[in-house]
Amino acid sequence: MRRFVPFIIVALVGFITIGAGTMLYRAKRPVALTISEEKSIGKENQEPTHVRGPAQAPVTLEEFGDFQCPPCGMISGPLLEIEKDYGPKLRVIFRNFPFPNHQHALEAAYAAEAAGLQGRYWEMHDLLYKEQANWSNAPDVKQLFVSYAKILGLELDRFETDMAGPTAKARVTADQERGKSLGVNATPSIFINNQGLPPKSLNPTALRAAIEEALKEKEKPTS
Amino acid sequence: MPSQSKSRVQQSTAVALPRGTVIVYAVVALISLAGLADATYLTVQNLAGETAVCGGSPDCFRVLGSVYSKIAGIPVAAIGTVAYFAVFTFATFAAFGYQRARTFLAVTVFVMFLSTLWFLYVQAFLLHAFCRYCLFSAAITFLLTGLIVATPRRP
Repeated sequence: MRRFVPFIIVALVGFITIGAGTMLYRAKRPVALTISEEKSIGKENQEPTHVRGPAQAPVTLEEFGDFQCPPCGMISGPLLEIEKDYGPKLRVIFRNFPFPNHQHALEAAYAAEAAGLQGRYWEMHDLLYKEQANWSNAPDVKQLFVSYAKILGLELDRFETDMAGPTAKARVTADQERGKSLGVNATPSIFINNQGLPPKSLNPTALRAAIEEALKEKEKPTS
Repeated sequence: MPSQSKSRVQQSTAVALPRGTVIVYAVVALISLAGLADATYLTVQNLAGETAVCGGSPDCFRVLGSVYSKIAGIPVAAIGTVAYFAVFTFATFAAFGYQRARTFLAVTVFVMFLSTLWFLYVQAFLLHAFCRYCLFSAAITFLLTGLIVATPRRP
């Protein structure tokens, strides 16, 4: 009987590991988020501040992002390519969703908003993602953001005032509140025509496939 | 007569070990369970797609979402799960006197030790970020290595 004891112990631990892993996976499996009709773009109080692409585009991609989040930085480049490829068929909306455990994410969101107040939001958005590795661990991040504002040809005094001003704060808070109301708890969170994408689809190939599917859906004749 | 042959078979696979050695292998098995739990958690995180987004520790993504987190498309965490389960299995059998299990255990822990050194180097010098789950696993592996090195070679 004693010779079977190690086999029994090992089998037991194996079953417990598989069982616990399966339970954990079920608990962690991402829930597919959707934007309800009353919260969709175009409805009252849901108008986005930062939009790239025509309003009548058949596909709307709404992203909740954090400028210091590495996956957001990794997807920003391919997203730009996708925007170029789809042209007038795609409208992109960016919402701020800075995480408190990202040291400079909130400040970066304010910097983008401050640039936006001078009409250069997307330029600062792209620059912040491009330079993410350089400012993420910088001790004096504000100085770097001011240098980016200088590169973009912004009025520096106004930029610094706007960064600390109530408009930038209100815009970031509004985006965060919208995200929370939709159930967003990770970045990037991407919605295509109000349908949230699972984390596994946050890569260029899957994004293109989701856009293609949304386009096909739009082209379907309505009965 | 049949009972005599049975005991001979048992002798060829399992031998009686000194109490201290049995305790060491039992401790190795128990410690490997902590590593197994850690690696299983990271594997599930990977399968659920959590390593593709930010939400938890900012540094964890940089490690778990990096190119070094997969080998031939297989998550390193999954390989770690198999490795810790192997350590548990070999340590359990070794504690029950199976001699071959001791060799397999030593080889597995040695490979894990070398892998841990590589992943610590990757985190410190290539990614400049540390994942606390990976550091926990590294601590477990070092502990296991220490115990295996300290265990007497012969029963």
